[in-house]
Amino acid sequence: MEHLLQFYAIYGSVINFIGINALLALSLNVTLSAGMLSLGNAAFAAVGGYTAGILSLRFGFPYVASLAGGTCAAGLVGLVIGLPVLRLKGVFLAMATLAFGEVVRLAAVNLDVTGGAEGLTGIPNVTTTWMIYLVLAAAAYFIAMLRRSRLGWGLVSMREDETAASSLGIPVTYYKAVAFVIGAMLAGLAGGMYAHLNYLITPRDYGFFIAVDLLIYNIVGGTNIWYGPILGAALLTALPEVLRGAGVTAGPIRMGINGLILLLVILFLPNGLASLFARRRSSAVKAGA
Amino acid sequence: MNRLLVENVSRHFGGVQALEDVSFIVEPGTIHGLIGPNGAGKTTLINILSGLLSPSSGRMNYRNHDLHRLAAHQVAAIGIARTFQNIRLFPHMSCLENVQAGQHVTSRRSLLPRLFHLPSARREDRDLCERAMAMLARVGLDDKVSYQSRNLSYGERRRLEIARALSLNPSLLLLDEPVAGMRQGEAMVVADLLRSLCREGMTILLIEHNMSFVMSLCSRITVLDFGRVLTTGTPAEVRACREVIEAYLGTTGEPHA
Repeated sequence: MEHLLQFYAIYGSVINFIGINALLALSLNVTLSAGMLSLGNAAFAAVGGYTAGILSLRFGFPYVASLAGGTCAAGLVGLVIGLPVLRLKGVFLAMATLAFGEVVRLAAVNLDVTGGAEGLTGIPNVTTTWMIYLVLAAAAYFIAMLRRSRLGWGLVSMREDETAASSLGIPVTYYKAVAFVIGAMLAGLAGGMYAHLNYLITPRDYGFFIAVDLLIYNIVGGTNIWYGPILGAALLTALPEVLRGAGVTAGPIRMGINGLILLLVILFLPNGLASLFARRRSSAVKAGA
Repeated sequence: MNRLLVENVSRHFGGVQALEDVSFIVEPGTIHGLIGPNGAGKTTLINILSGLLSPSSGRMNYRNHDLHRLAAHQVAAIGIARTFQNIRLFPHMSCLENVQAGQHVTSRRSLLPRLFHLPSARREDRDLCERAMAMLARVGLDDKVSYQSRNLSYGERRRLEIARALSLNPSLLLLDEPVAGMRQGEAMVVADLLRSLCREGMTILLIEHNMSFVMSLCSRITVLDFGRVLTTGTPAEVRACREVIEAYLGTTGEPHA
């Protein structure tokens, strides 16, 4: 018990970050599972984080209300951005959402209400580890169940073949918008929790590199099942700390190591780390049949 | 009105006139063939009927729905299912999942009962799974249920795509070359399947180049050539039609220099 407490005292912040990053990775997974390459989720987290922070700080909203406000604001922005942007496919969608991310970052730097380049400081520090993991568990469960729903079947069908999906009666455009908004709301929720974890949120917190990291978490962990993005986020968030423990200062070469892992996974585990588990399970099913 | 009515449908791509004033009627509960040389506009017509393309002009009506106003997913929702000439299965799904994905308009699969693990959700999932299995059995793929669709043979893929289309519970089935690339025996199995579907009241419109298949199966045939309807009639009438013979074999009596 004592060891556990000591461990938490040292690594508590890493544990929290794993939870937040896993939640963000899950938010991206909703759109990825439908075959949409969106890089806007970091920006949605920023929208949610700033909104929740402002609601708490300037308007004295209670924590849960601020989070709800941040979540809804991100969803609303997702809807407004999504309607025009979702006509784009593949790499063009990625570019448009990336540009949206820059717009959000620049807005955060230049607006007064967001505290400019220094960010929003003094946000009450009320998010705790158990809250993060409770929300993460709920989100993972939600996504697992979503996949079994009509929407979930539709999203996966769209990823496989949009034309065939529409001929099966799946309203492709509508489902894309719904997936985009659900993803934006989850990201906004994660951003709100992050803002209340750290006292502050700055424009740098959810810039370009985070947007790409979220994608890497999904690819490394695997996009086909709910625990894939969580695995990826946990591994890549914890890795620098683990390396530091092993005596390697990972700071400058962190991106390089991430890139190497990404390369290895793409080459040898195209469905991500989660496929290691899934493969075992499917071979068990075949043995049983 | 349960007939499929195609009236003066035209479609051009830029300067290319793919379809010109195409009109015909598909009677309910029949198998109707659509034949013609390559590039005659057959697939374009199926794409327009299924809502993937919109016609440049003309109208189509089925069960009091104006098809030319509907998007592809709305066409599917009123009971028109289709297959594709170049087979568009979901490659990373098993056979069973492919058919289950086709149950979109015939299922509810609501999220809320699933979030709370209500027995109604489990019951529906079991029911849908059984229906999908039955559909696979019907096309003779019940021994390949858990195979990924990309690992199937060409003919098996065609049959799986038919099973997926059937899981929409369609009243009108549009088939774009259902037996292309199949051996004769396999094609006969598909023909028997289509006959039994027709006996159950389904209307089928199919494109096919396999003439013995078309002639033995269809009660009426429409012949397209260069985007225009040459003739519509029974197999015997079509076989005897002079213009059809000319379209397929070239004009007689003209000296070839």
